[in-house]
Amino acid sequence: MENQEQHIINKGESVIAIKRLYKSFEDLHVLKGIDFNVFKGENVAVLGKSGSGKSVLIKIIVGLLKPDKGEVVVLGKDIDKLEGKELDALRLRIGFSFQSSALYDSMSVYENLAFPLTMNFKHLGKKEVDAAVMEALDAVGLTDKVRQMPSDLSGGQRKRTGIARTLILNPEIMLYDEPTSGLDPVTSSEINELINEVQKRYNTSSVIITHDLTCAKATGNRIAMLIDGKFLKIGTFNEVFDTKDEQVTKFYNYNFIQ
Amino acid sequence: MKQFHPVTKVKGFATKQSVRLSEKTMAKTAIANNFLTDLADVLLFITQFVRETFSRNSEVKEFFRQCFQIGYKSLPLVSITGTIMGLVLTIQSRPVLIKFGAVTMLPGMVAVSLIREMGPVITALICAGKIGSGMGAELGSMKVTEQIDAMEVSSTNPMKFLVVTRVWAAIIMVPILILYADAFGILGSWAGANIKGDVSFVLFFSQAFGSVRFMDLLPAVTKSFFFGAVIGFVGCYKGYNAGRGTESVGIAANSAVVLASLLVIIVDMIAVQITDMLI
Repeated sequence: MENQEQHIINKGESVIAIKRLYKSFEDLHVLKGIDFNVFKGENVAVLGKSGSGKSVLIKIIVGLLKPDKGEVVVLGKDIDKLEGKELDALRLRIGFSFQSSALYDSMSVYENLAFPLTMNFKHLGKKEVDAAVMEALDAVGLTDKVRQMPSDLSGGQRKRTGIARTLILNPEIMLYDEPTSGLDPVTSSEINELINEVQKRYNTSSVIITHDLTCAKATGNRIAMLIDGKFLKIGTFNEVFDTKDEQVTKFYNYNFIQ
Repeated sequence: MKQFHPVTKVKGFATKQSVRLSEKTMAKTAIANNFLTDLADVLLFITQFVRETFSRNSEVKEFFRQCFQIGYKSLPLVSITGTIMGLVLTIQSRPVLIKFGAVTMLPGMVAVSLIREMGPVITALICAGKIGSGMGAELGSMKVTEQIDAMEVSSTNPMKFLVVTRVWAAIIMVPILILYADAFGILGSWAGANIKGDVSFVLFFSQAFGSVRFMDLLPAVTKSFFFGAVIGFVGCYKGYNAGRGTESVGIAANSAVVLASLLVIIVDMIAVQITDMLI
């Protein structure tokens, strides 16, 4: 598989390094001491059931949640120790595509895309912003929707717009939270292709949070199986699923039989 | 049937009482803890607001957009409310004033009542309903749909962009809306006076404004700024701290209106006491 071969070539410089990460919400222990690395240029799909802590993991990576214990080093910086401008500067290098797309309802597609740019680079002129917006929309194939409002877009178009909004800042790392949830198989497959396209075009390293095996297989150079707050297996798709472990086989059978 | 020894029965009773007592104590402790947590949250929110207000790069464009949203879009509602306030006050007071032969005092009485008390309080309550619920619902919905998180991860400070601009817009626009409602109230009063009488516009307004002193206007305008602050703070706080489900949007909007209205009344009571002591 091309993706898996590429993973072996790129393995080297780690862009995300997580050591002994713990996170609880009151009595609910979500992450129980996980270790995890993402290497430059690779896509890692984190698979797991709903409520297994996948979204919590990427929210910790981007600094939206604080870990209880452990170390999260992103692009060489311990994100838990960053505040203010340092944290903002690091976040500009990370793109986050939300499960719900999180488009600003009161803004048009153009304004949604221009927002992070104008807020962070106030010196930019209208022509430069226009060009950046059109380039990002071109990357996701939505140049014709530039004047529309988020409410006029379909689920797939909303996801694409959400991805375009993160691409406008040229991120080094992309974090996708359930990119195919709530989409039909055809649109899901288009989003999977887009994730791979983004990796090639922008040379990003990505973490794809999903419970969809097809998405994980199509996009992930490596798969990390998160079960009960710990990574049960990390490796290529075949390495992870070539097992007799009941928890893994159950997940595999359920997805593909479905 | 199993027979219990009297001592065992007493012990069992004592244990049940002690369990009940500890449950009650734990419930009270939980309430006290929740109250203290909420209080700490509010203080933290206010601290963040103050810090972001005086930090660099203010969001001037968004502030003016919010002024437009809060001020301009509330004009029809405030106009109607102000007019009806003046009209009703005049129609209700006129027969009593006629009975005492003091109908000529009607314009002055209505103007002073509107400017000092009725205009600020009723307009602030209307604003609490319209602006407070709007802020609560808008920010609550942004929280639920992760738009606030999206702002944060794109290195935009949501507290500065969403909260600071809205609260300051409310602080500035609510007093303007109150003065606007006062003007419409006096206009409504003139219309009311002409329903059963005949008073010229110039005579009515000269009598109305002739009775209003600077010290009637100053405390009213001063407390209006506090009304604006209360409405802005409560609306933003409730929305910004909404829960995660769609139900929480409704709860945020509803509790914003209830709490803002209650605080407007309390602020008014304190303002009246202070004014009374000073003047």
